[in-house]
Amino acid sequence: MAEKTVPAVGGAPERSKRELTRARDRYARPPVDIYENDDALVLLADLPGVPKDGLEISVDDSVLTIQAKADYTPAGKDSIYREFELSGFFRQFELGEEIDQGKISAELKHGVLKLTLPKVPEARPKQIEVKVS
Amino acid sequence: MVWWNPFYEFDAMRREIERVFDEFGFQPGAPFGSAFLPGRMARAYPLVNLSENHEYVYVDAMAPGVDPSSLSINVVHNTLTISGEKRGAPSEVEPEAFHRAERAGGKFVRAVTLPVEIDADKVAAEYSDGILHITLPKAEKAKPKQISVKVA
Repeated sequence: MAEKTVPAVGGAPERSKRELTRARDRYARPPVDIYENDDALVLLADLPGVPKDGLEISVDDSVLTIQAKADYTPAGKDSIYREFELSGFFRQFELGEEIDQGKISAELKHGVLKLTLPKVPEARPKQIEVKVS
Repeated sequence: MVWWNPFYEFDAMRREIERVFDEFGFQPGAPFGSAFLPGRMARAYPLVNLSENHEYVYVDAMAPGVDPSSLSINVVHNTLTISGEKRGAPSEVEPEAFHRAERAGGKFVRAVTLPVEIDADKVAAEYSDGILHITLPKAEKAKPKQISVKVA
């Protein structure tokens, strides 16, 4: 799938950041694996700290948008050592014509998002019978 | 007329090199905090945050996609060791079938030295949404004590 960044529906992320969240919030690009099998494309994305209600996946005009908000603050009052910060995630992809955009399904488990993007029937490999006369 | 000044040339070169390093983000010890989350890296994994209050030390590890049955958390004196296996993409997928492979999978081990003595019998751990939360109660003698001041 081609990587493409277009403004999300409702304005660019920078604009909605100022309205909704503190100015310090940044969006991280989650690392993804995308692989293909006969029936579908499968996308796996690491989204640590994101609860189910913090995840928003939408498809608009062949652009798949993955947006997520992590819900994490360290439990202790005093920070001793900090190696990571989690705020928001954002990534977009341009979907090819072979994806059936209405049948995309998503699963979020242990901080990993699995998106299954089924191919339209015409794009699936078909066995062609050879008649021997 | 401008004479060629060797010191000026060296200084300009030094500044160019510094600029290259700045762009790479070579700041030793600086937290990554950048726009790209590490999917593959040579540094310690998982990344941890340590925080505390009077009674507990909290260790949070960013570890999405870990197989919970492989997670192993051990405490010896004041060293906490976290090990496990992160599930990458399924192994039966052929390499040619990948459009992108940015995540990494595999076994990991990380040892974290805690700043205070803790009570190893009461350590609790929870793995939710890809973050491992470990709560370690401080040993009694490590808790801060109020000392009352007698005014003569």
